[in-house]
Amino acid sequence: MTIQRRDFLALAGGTATAGLAGCTGMFSGGEEESGGNNESGSDGGSIAGQELVLATTTSTYDTGLLDEVNAAFEENFGTPVQAISQGTGAALETARNGDCDVVMVHARSQEDEFMRNGHGINRRNLMFNDFVIVGPADDPAGIGGGGDAVGAFQAIAESESLFASRGDNSGTHTAERRIWEAAGVEPGGEWYLETGQGMGDTLNQASQQGAYTLSDRGTFISQQDEIEIEILVQGPVEGGPEILANPYGVLAINPAVHGDVNYQLAMSYIGFLTSPEGQQVIEEYELDGQQLFFPQALSEDPNFQQYVPEGWQPDDGEGGGNATGE
Amino acid sequence: MAVEALPPIVGLPFESNYIRSIVRVSLSVSLTAVVLSTLVSLPVALAVGFTEFRGKGLVTAVINTGMGFPSVVVGLVVLFAVSNEGPLGALDLVFTPQAMVISQFVLATPVITGVSLAAVTGVEGSIRDAAYAMGGTRLDVALVVIKEARFGIATAVLAGFGRAISEVGSVLIVGGNIAYADGTAYTRNITTAITLEARQGRYETAMFLGAILVAIVLLVNAVVGRLGGGGRR
Repeated sequence: MTIQRRDFLALAGGTATAGLAGCTGMFSGGEEESGGNNESGSDGGSIAGQELVLATTTSTYDTGLLDEVNAAFEENFGTPVQAISQGTGAALETARNGDCDVVMVHARSQEDEFMRNGHGINRRNLMFNDFVIVGPADDPAGIGGGGDAVGAFQAIAESESLFASRGDNSGTHTAERRIWEAAGVEPGGEWYLETGQGMGDTLNQASQQGAYTLSDRGTFISQQDEIEIEILVQGPVEGGPEILANPYGVLAINPAVHGDVNYQLAMSYIGFLTSPEGQQVIEEYELDGQQLFFPQALSEDPNFQQYVPEGWQPDDGEGGGNATGE
Repeated sequence: MAVEALPPIVGLPFESNYIRSIVRVSLSVSLTAVVLSTLVSLPVALAVGFTEFRGKGLVTAVINTGMGFPSVVVGLVVLFAVSNEGPLGALDLVFTPQAMVISQFVLATPVITGVSLAAVTGVEGSIRDAAYAMGGTRLDVALVVIKEARFGIATAVLAGFGRAISEVGSVLIVGGNIAYADGTAYTRNITTAITLEARQGRYETAMFLGAILVAIVLLVNAVVGRLGGGGRR
């Protein structure tokens, strides 16, 4: 049996082992810590052990805004926020499964579909920033300095310069497809790279490969020190074209469709974010001395379109609950 | 314990509390998963190793195939199971450390079972026969075999731990990589934190976490190796 023993030692890569004793010892240590951790997660300081799960985009997380806002919410309501940062498409998919209580995303067309299907309710305009077209400083497609996003995309396609697309059904990807559509270009070919990853990853890859990409301004600012690409076409915040606008919405998951969601807490969260206090946190959040997000929820004039799918009319046959009935 | 042993981090661009809580999540989730997995794997390995039945070869093949099962697929399946729309939805496990334990359990179990099974079947027949001849019950014989195969079983547990603590695909999907606003990790472990830090271009933090992960694996190997060296005499 000595031989068998040696076989197994060889299997372990030359590591002699008597693991059970060692592992159980470590386990008891780990278990204590795990217990403490769980307590702080579910009970520690929160209202009656409630939890709020937020599905949101990578941009709100990677810019650091989310931590700021959620810390302020926790201070006011005593409930920590469990934030899952995905692309907008993935965040809404998480919400469709009833696995979160509230979503904060930036693709109006996808939000609208989500509401039309009954999953989302009480949508509010939250804030906006803008997209910028970024690329290498030598600018092979010659788009720099122009104020025309659609023309820039056409130039990139014509010169077949490298373009890094998120390719992940995120809000940024949705905006990118909208611009390609306006440009009358069906992107494809060796110059069009789909990263399938978050904005940060995509900016890193674009920087390393000397590719153009569409980025939200916030993530670009938060990462500009680490990357070698620069803004070539500005968005509306700096006077650029309106097609580069990037509005964020926040909406609760419909408790009538998903019985498990914490609707009251979700509405508290939406209420806080759209309150003067919450909007002030967004307004004052700066990175490198630059404001990243511009609050949009407070207005003396009513804006009814923020609650319903864009362009929705009471008589368009989709409002099952409207007064005229059908 | 390994967590407290971390030296104070000075002059690095990140919070030591953040790093500590991440390491804590990694250790507690993976150790829990490995212990649970061992409790299931060992009896299965012994049962399969001790009995002869039709299809034993198939069972062994299935276990061995499970060792290489892609972790993202495990993550997807576990997500569908624990999602609020899934069969275990009522337990409210999605995006919790418990869900991470489940997926790591699924990943580690075939490894621990497979390697233990090889160890158990590797114990020479003569030893079993001797144990029977000396009037041992089935339980006695099992204990003798476990004693003989202890190095192989320890290797199995170690391999399971290595698989659990170093995988990223499934825990990212079922855990959601959550940390609270104050920087306390909830379902963010070392591997998922590395993907996040790399995404944000904070390669120093990512590298530091990677070094911690490698150190943990080496440390466990060393501790277990020491015990094993003593036991060999």
